[in-house]
Formats: sequence, structure tokens, C-alpha cells
Amino acid sequence: MLDPIKNMFAPGGPFELLAFAPPGWGGNLLFGLLRSLEVAGGAYALALVIGILGAWGKLYGGELIRDLLQIYTIVVRAVPELVLILILYYAVPQAINSVLVASGHERIVPPPLMVGTIVLGLVIGAYMTEVLRGAIKAIPVGQMEAAKAYGMPAGLTAWRITLPLMTANAISGMANLWLIATKDTALLAVIGFGELTLSTRQAAGATKEHMTFFAAAALLYLIISILSGRIFAFAERWSRRGQAPLKRAAI
Amino acid sequence: MRSVALDPVSDPRPYAIRVQDLHKSFGTLEVLRGVSLSARQGDVIAIIGGSGSGKSTFLRCINFLETPTRGKVVIGDEEIVVRPDGTPVHRRQIEQIRRRLGMVFQNFNLWSHKTVLENLIEVPVHVLGVPKREAIVQAQELLRRVGLSEKAQAYPAYLSGGQQQRAAIARALAIDPRAMLFDEPTSALDPELVGEVLGVIRGLAGEGRTMILVTHEMKFAREVSSHVIYLHNGSVEEEGPPDQLFDAPRSERLKQFLRSVG
Repeated sequence: MLDPIKNMFAPGGPFELLAFAPPGWGGNLLFGLLRSLEVAGGAYALALVIGILGAWGKLYGGELIRDLLQIYTIVVRAVPELVLILILYYAVPQAINSVLVASGHERIVPPPLMVGTIVLGLVIGAYMTEVLRGAIKAIPVGQMEAAKAYGMPAGLTAWRITLPLMTANAISGMANLWLIATKDTALLAVIGFGELTLSTRQAAGATKEHMTFFAAAALLYLIISILSGRIFAFAERWSRRGQAPLKRAAI
Repeated sequence: MRSVALDPVSDPRPYAIRVQDLHKSFGTLEVLRGVSLSARQGDVIAIIGGSGSGKSTFLRCINFLETPTRGKVVIGDEEIVVRPDGTPVHRRQIEQIRRRLGMVFQNFNLWSHKTVLENLIEVPVHVLGVPKREAIVQAQELLRRVGLSEKAQAYPAYLSGGQQQRAAIARALAIDPRAMLFDEPTSALDPELVGEVLGVIRGLAGEGRTMILVTHEMKFAREVSSHVIYLHNGSVEEEGPPDQLFDAPRSERLKQFLRSVG
């Protein structure tokens, strides 16, 4: 049943360049996609941790913590991601290495995967902080007050009341940030990280078949978006449990 | 139904809640100017007063949802230890005390992401450490008592205001409280739903529950309470047994207030 499709990728077929094994470049593209998802997933997880802590700090932290977080979100959201990537990949290791060399140690070479994950995590974490802060503020005060009035400790209240209610408010913003994360991985091509965009450029450059490869890459990004959309739609339904269904606005 | 007014000195019932000379300011605005209250076990104390009289703030100071600026709060035999600025010294102590006071809010404040049953077992299971199965049995019994057995699995948003408030009262009962605090429990309800909630509270008063009730329902306050406190402008203007307060008010302001609420 799959034979007609297989034949399209076979030598002489219309998509022979996209075949999985060399001389086709399909394997390279899929591997690049996997690396993109790896970075996006790691960065998103980091961003969630930063976002939750950041939102909490901004809302309930002391003056110093709030000021530091304010600086973090302002600076990171103001500077282009590309610049941050270049700073972290080139400037920071250079500074560290000059210290290491001066003290007689070996130089370090930062692994692109780690740099990419950290930079994207820091960037998306700043946006996440704001998304989650807004989502917590949108929770009716009475929900937390009821927990307080029944002697629920702060940590338990955060975990059992605030977090679930926050998620319902935050999920659409969180979905946006995930999609941004998957596409921002393309920026890591500049530091030679072999994610989907770089793999595509290499394939296109080697074969001069730009249209084929960039269309294929675009399709892969699209598939990721659509699948992510499905998952987030499910998460939204789950997190909004108990809330009356949204009524369609009367026209 | 009403507990018999005894000579205060010979009354053998222990105190449930004592508040002495409570002051509360929001910035420069003095909301409470030295309010005191003593509730013995089984007392039903109604706090009445116009809007802005400080009655809700006073109730919320009892379990420190608002921090009193000055004054003494004793729950059972335990005095809440406060710093000179009024904030509690021991956060744990406040939490312990709150676990013995069942608070019912004007806006119900049921947790919207939990079913009615989950709302009832939340504090017993996760705060008080009651085994879940036991808590569920107890919760079902309470829901039966407030007439909500068939709503156990429903989410609060799908309940009427009256049903939500009855569920909220059941949630307060689920912690087996020493005393219950009602903060205008019927003020957010449509008039036709007030009766069902008052019916439940009336039942609790009949069982000898200790209750402090901030309310606008004068007839109801008169019917269920053993003692009424009329607050005006942050001070106790007049207090006493309900018959005396409603039939023979002494203060001009109370007379005027009773006329205005009809």
C-alpha cells in the first residue's frame, strides 16, 4: 500500500533527493528536525522553571528580587535573540577562557546544544515570566483567600490551588511560546548548530535544489505546529475543567 | 433553639472566641476603633451594621485574614501572639487556628477547578491528614445534610448561587470547626435563593454550633442569634440579646438603622 509513496522517494522518483538514506538528504533533514525539537524542548522546560519562579518572585518576592527580575525581563525582551546567542556563544566563553588560561587551565569550548538550550530558555523564560505573572493575577483573589482561611500552608496553596488555576489562564500564551521556541531554534544555525534550518541550507547548497529542500523544511515546521496545536488544545480543555464552557459571542 | 442567656459569671460553658479592644486601620483610615466580643461555645453572635461599619473587617480579623492593628484575639484558650505592629509572630499558629474556624464567604469562594466533593475533602485530606476514604464518606454525609448529594461530582460553576453557598457551608463543616464565621453569606444571592441558605444556617444554630454571623438579614439575625452586636463607624454602638436590641433599641443610631432596613 505504501509502495507508490516509497517509489516517489526511490531513485528517479520526483522526491529522490529527499530519500532517507544517502544520496538522498531526507535523513539529514529529519535528524536536523530532531535536534531542533531537542533544543526547543530543553529550552521550553528551562523557560517553564524560570517563568514559574520569575512570576512568583515578581508577585510575592521582596524588593530586591522584584527589581532583579524586572531588569531580567526588560533586558532579555529588548535585545534580539540573535545578539544574545552570539554573546553567550562567543563573548562569554572568551571571558571565561581568559580567566582559565591565566590560571593555567585548559580552554573550554561550549557545546552548541547547551548554549542554544540555555539562550533560548533564558529568552523564552522572560516572556514566560510575564505570561504566568498575568495568569496568576487573573485568578480571583477569593480562590487563594479560601485556602488561606482554611490554614493551607503557602506551598500547598501554590501547588494545589494557584498553579492549576494559573495554567488555565496561561495555556494560550504558553502555546504561543512553544511555537516560538520551535522556530527560534533556526537562529542557532549561526553558531553552526546542525538543526533543521542549517541542515536544509546544507542540502540545498550541495544540490542547488533550493525550492525542494526549503519547501520540505517548511512542511516539517508546519507539521510540528499542527501537532503542537492539537496537544495544547487538549491541555487547554483539561486545564479549564470546571469552568463553564465559553459561550460564543452574540453577533 | 436560642441558647438561654445566663448570668455571665456563672455560665459554665467555656469560651470559644474572645476578642478584646480590636483596632484596625487601612493607612490613615481607622476602620475598627476598639471592638470586643466574647463567644462561649454554642453562642450565635450576629454582627449587624450599615455598610462601612467595619463588620466584615472585624470578622476577617478573627482569623487574621486582615491583620489587626492592635488588640487581642483568643481562640479557645490560645491567644494569638502578635508583634507590636499587630502581625502574628508565629505563622504556624495562625494556620493551626484557621484550621479550627470554618469560614463562609460572601462570594462562596469554592475552588473552581475542583468538584463539590473535591472542595469538601481538600482541606481534611491535604491539610488535616484525614484518610481520603474517610473524608469522602464524611463529605457525602455533609452534602446530604445540605441537600446537595446529587451535585457531588459537579463543578461549582454549574451550581446556582444558593447551591454554591450550601456547598461552601458543607466545606466549612468538613473541617469539624470549633466555630463558624459567616461573612454576609446571603448578600451575593438572588432573593429567591436566600431562604435555602438561611435554612442550612438555622439548622446549624439549632445543633449548638458556635457561630459568628455578619449579616444584613435582620429577621434572621433576630431568630437565630443569642447575642447581637450593632457596629457603627468601627465601634460597638449597642449590643445585647436580640429581643432587647430589636424591640427596645436604646441608641438613636440603631433605631435609625433598624428603621432604614425595615
